[in-house]
Amino acid sequence: MRRHPLAVRIAIVDGSPRARSVPYCYWVYPASIVPSVTTAYALLGLLEGTSRHGYDLKQSYDRRFGATKPIRFGQVYRTLAQLERDRRIEVVGVEAGAGPDRKRYSITREGVTDLDAWLSEPEEPQSQLQTVLFTKVVLTLLSGRPAGAYLDAQRAKHLEAMKALTAARRKTASTQDALLFDYQLFHIEADLRWLEHTVLRLSTLAEEVRDVPHPGWA
Amino acid sequence: MSPILVGRELHKSYGLTLALRGASIAVNEGEIVAVMGPSGCGKSTLLHCLAGVLAPDRGEVHFNGQRVDLIPDRKRVGLRRTAFGLVYQFGQLVPELPAIENIGLPLLLAGRPRRECLAQAGEWLDRMGLSGLGNRLPGELSGGQGQRIALARALVARPRVVFADEPTGSLDSVAADQVMELLVDTARTQGTSVLVVTHEPRVAGFADRTVLMRDGVETVQANGAGSRPPGVESLRVGTGATAPSADIISWAGREAE
Repeated sequence: MRRHPLAVRIAIVDGSPRARSVPYCYWVYPASIVPSVTTAYALLGLLEGTSRHGYDLKQSYDRRFGATKPIRFGQVYRTLAQLERDRRIEVVGVEAGAGPDRKRYSITREGVTDLDAWLSEPEEPQSQLQTVLFTKVVLTLLSGRPAGAYLDAQRAKHLEAMKALTAARRKTASTQDALLFDYQLFHIEADLRWLEHTVLRLSTLAEEVRDVPHPGWA
Repeated sequence: MSPILVGRELHKSYGLTLALRGASIAVNEGEIVAVMGPSGCGKSTLLHCLAGVLAPDRGEVHFNGQRVDLIPDRKRVGLRRTAFGLVYQFGQLVPELPAIENIGLPLLLAGRPRRECLAQAGEWLDRMGLSGLGNRLPGELSGGQGQRIALARALVARPRVVFADEPTGSLDSVAADQVMELLVDTARTQGTSVLVVTHEPRVAGFADRTVLMRDGVETVQANGAGSRPPGVESLRVGTGATAPSADIISWAGREAE
């Protein structure tokens, strides 16, 4: 099998040896499935302020992050079961209702630690990052954490990728490859512009996030 | 590697508007550094203070061990002409002079023989891929061509540092890449340091290191300041595994209350 020329670049950006032989398309498309991880952290983040039922969580999630795609009940319960198994959350009460019993979940200390780490960790620059970047910024502001440090770290990470990609593109003699590099460069540039724009609008965003009526958040 | 250019705790205001509030930066010999930040964040002011075009209100600028901010105007002009090269967003070529004379201008002004100046300018014209366009007036050149002439003019005297303020700001992305590639390749060949001010991430991709500037008005600073002293703080981002390519200079520039 011919080694894909862009595999080199992927290794530079990704840093993991596994990525070395993965062609571009296999690498980009899974990236668009990233939101399932994001969803788990979003639910975790929404549990940080207060304990909640699955139904509550769905409502909160949709209000914050579900503008384009509301989360399904099935996914909420599946994710909660997963989080409980991983000891990120625990059941703090069961209430009997008209239908099946409703479990009330609360975040554990391990859950907070994990959430903290996820919120402050800059993402590997790649296509289709908007959901995860947006979720991180909003969750960070919601919980009263400083978003500036995360945004700066993320910008630095993106700039490192810009540098690696620019260097790789300048080395290639093939216009086709150069254009594929350009595709990535323009996407990372778009992310960077959004990050800078967000930095400039952070105080307004913080106010707005606080203003959305949200019983669980002080 | 030792820094050839250092700006320390630079302050500069225009009337009531504080443009720089304690910005610090160091550029190593042969290093290409990008300064990024939104419009009005003071990045051009920083460049002008470092290049000796503007005198800072407070702070120090050291070039090659010399205090640039302290030397008298006339000597500073000389320094700018020989040791520094400047490129702006819009070439700022002399419209009445043909391309080749625009390139040779720094040499002509330094009093070198005209024939020699034009011969050297001709070499630069070739190097910029503009052979045959030497007799065109700036108005007869495309934006990208004009910018390459400006680049040649900044480099012809073999300066130690090239200062470029949004050098690709008026160009499409293909012409912009061309200008940046020429700038970076030439700087590397000659060991010239480059300080490029830009708001374009794509341009920053060409640099060895990127310094981010940000306005102190936003929550970012209030939240992020914490134990850091007011004024300059420089924090390294990244872990030990790979050398971080971005230094974040937190700085404040805003209207004084």
